[in-house]
Amino acid sequence: MKIIVCIKEVPDTTEIKTDPETNTLIRAGVKSIISPFDMYAIEEGIRLKERLGGEVIVLSMGPAQAEKSLREAISLGADEAILLCDRKFGGADTLATSYTLAQGIKKIDGYDIIICGKQAADGDTAQVGPEVSVWLNIPQIAYVSKIEQVEQERIKVRRMSEEGYEVIQAKLPCLITVVKEINEPRLPSLKGKMRAKKAEIKKWTLEDINADREKTGLKGSPTQVKRIFSPPQREKGKIFEGDAEEIVKEMAEVLRSI
Amino acid sequence: MNTNEANKEIWIFAEQNAGSIHSVVYELLGKGSELAEQLQAKLCAVLLGHKIKEKAKGLIWRGASKVYLIESEEFLNYRSDIYSSVLVDLVHRYKPSVVLGGATLTGRSLMPRLAAALKTGLTADCTALEIDDEKKILVQTRPAFGGNIMATIVCSERRPQMATVRHKVMSEAEVDEKRKGEIISVQPQTPLFSDIKIEDIVKEIDKTVRLTEADIIVSGGRGLGKKENFGLIEELALVLKGAVGASRATVDNDWLPYSHQVGQTGKTVCPKVYIACGISGQIQHLVGMQSSKIIIAINKDAEAPIFKVATYGIVGDLFKIVPMLIKELKR
Repeated sequence: MKIIVCIKEVPDTTEIKTDPETNTLIRAGVKSIISPFDMYAIEEGIRLKERLGGEVIVLSMGPAQAEKSLREAISLGADEAILLCDRKFGGADTLATSYTLAQGIKKIDGYDIIICGKQAADGDTAQVGPEVSVWLNIPQIAYVSKIEQVEQERIKVRRMSEEGYEVIQAKLPCLITVVKEINEPRLPSLKGKMRAKKAEIKKWTLEDINADREKTGLKGSPTQVKRIFSPPQREKGKIFEGDAEEIVKEMAEVLRSI
Repeated sequence: MNTNEANKEIWIFAEQNAGSIHSVVYELLGKGSELAEQLQAKLCAVLLGHKIKEKAKGLIWRGASKVYLIESEEFLNYRSDIYSSVLVDLVHRYKPSVVLGGATLTGRSLMPRLAAALKTGLTADCTALEIDDEKKILVQTRPAFGGNIMATIVCSERRPQMATVRHKVMSEAEVDEKRKGEIISVQPQTPLFSDIKIEDIVKEIDKTVRLTEADIIVSGGRGLGKKENFGLIEELALVLKGAVGASRATVDNDWLPYSHQVGQTGKTVCPKVYIACGISGQIQHLVGMQSSKIIIAINKDAEAPIFKVATYGIVGDLFKIVPMLIKELKR
């Protein structure tokens, strides 16, 4: 079983603040992490390998420093890591990113399953995974909460629905995006950390993956960000302390008026 | 598709599941009518389903002047591959300038498939849509970085302009049974073959209404102490005809299934009222519910971060307040 996991390095969004004057993100001092949902994708890839044999290849597009996240993936148990790294990839929206990742995947010789996190914690779009599946012309199942079974040519999974879940079969190769419920990511082992330190992280450029310059980076992006601003602050609320009787009456009043 | 090739049509993807239309579609028709008027374009709905013609009328009553209807047993439930291939074919034939869908579990799987196949831009999970009067293009606003920042995005050169829209943010179009429109039955020109098979559909949320559809959500957190105490939350939700939500901590402890989880790693909800009981309000929880219209928080700890976003904050014992509230509401 050849498993490809796509990951993204993001700033830790739980720590990020915006500058109220310039309306821009204050990135200084904010550490970079593997996007939280991608941790579940890596873990699921490793679990599949442990169950069925094979290898896990982790793939990312990003600046040179994203190498750190790929090493982390190796410390967790991935076998190989590739970074798609080229100035010409910069400024990509989801379409250009998915094209670039798909070109990288095409260069990797064959695969059975591609796993992505549900969405990246910075852009929150949840679009790159499904878009990659189109460039590769393979089926896609988003919001997978469990892999029930993998056979030679088929995979059976649970896909989250608004009321519960669906049990779905798809033909391999296939791309899935996973939600948090799917597993509990492990911590790196000491042996894994040692291996990560020594591991070679392959770096592929635009030429390496035979990509069309017109389809990557800012040039290949049909969308443009016009403006960035801070979300409107919620008005200060009313805090009640003390007589429960009074509070409950007032709350019931509010709720009845809806 | 280039800008000059596109027709003056705004398409709404009329998401349905096993025959019932998702309420986000009515919200999209509401917003779509405004956009269509500004662009002097036609508002159209696209409905894929099985024996679903009856529902097309409802879409006209809500403002669609045209409904593209594609019926087949294969479209009873959503599957990414055949849904997108049929829609790609349809877009190529009729060339709309805008395609909108709900930012639902289905919409956020389907719309990226469609956008990539059409090589156009897609903006995810929008909370506002406007028209740039001068350029006549769609201006899309969405939260990013876990709600820490808002971004305004356009797709100026390629068509269709595509967006998924967050549920419960825009108001539903009103029903007017006198409204007239055209229903166009379309035969798909691509073979209806899918590599995906749905084997089973399991419902976990049956006691109350669906979380993302609900006008009122009552959520419980660690402050409930143990699984059994969620009964109290369920009772309040029942009285209010609302849905039951949960914090990550409670789901991690198996007090409720994951489908109830609200927050960064769970669902993003936007009800009229969100009642947080015994939830401290970690940032990961807040990003999933802070766009709710009214937030009521009940917590013992006056310093809990949930009070920073609360419209009404009640510092007190939920085991005292909630039963009293249930009693009062039942009166």
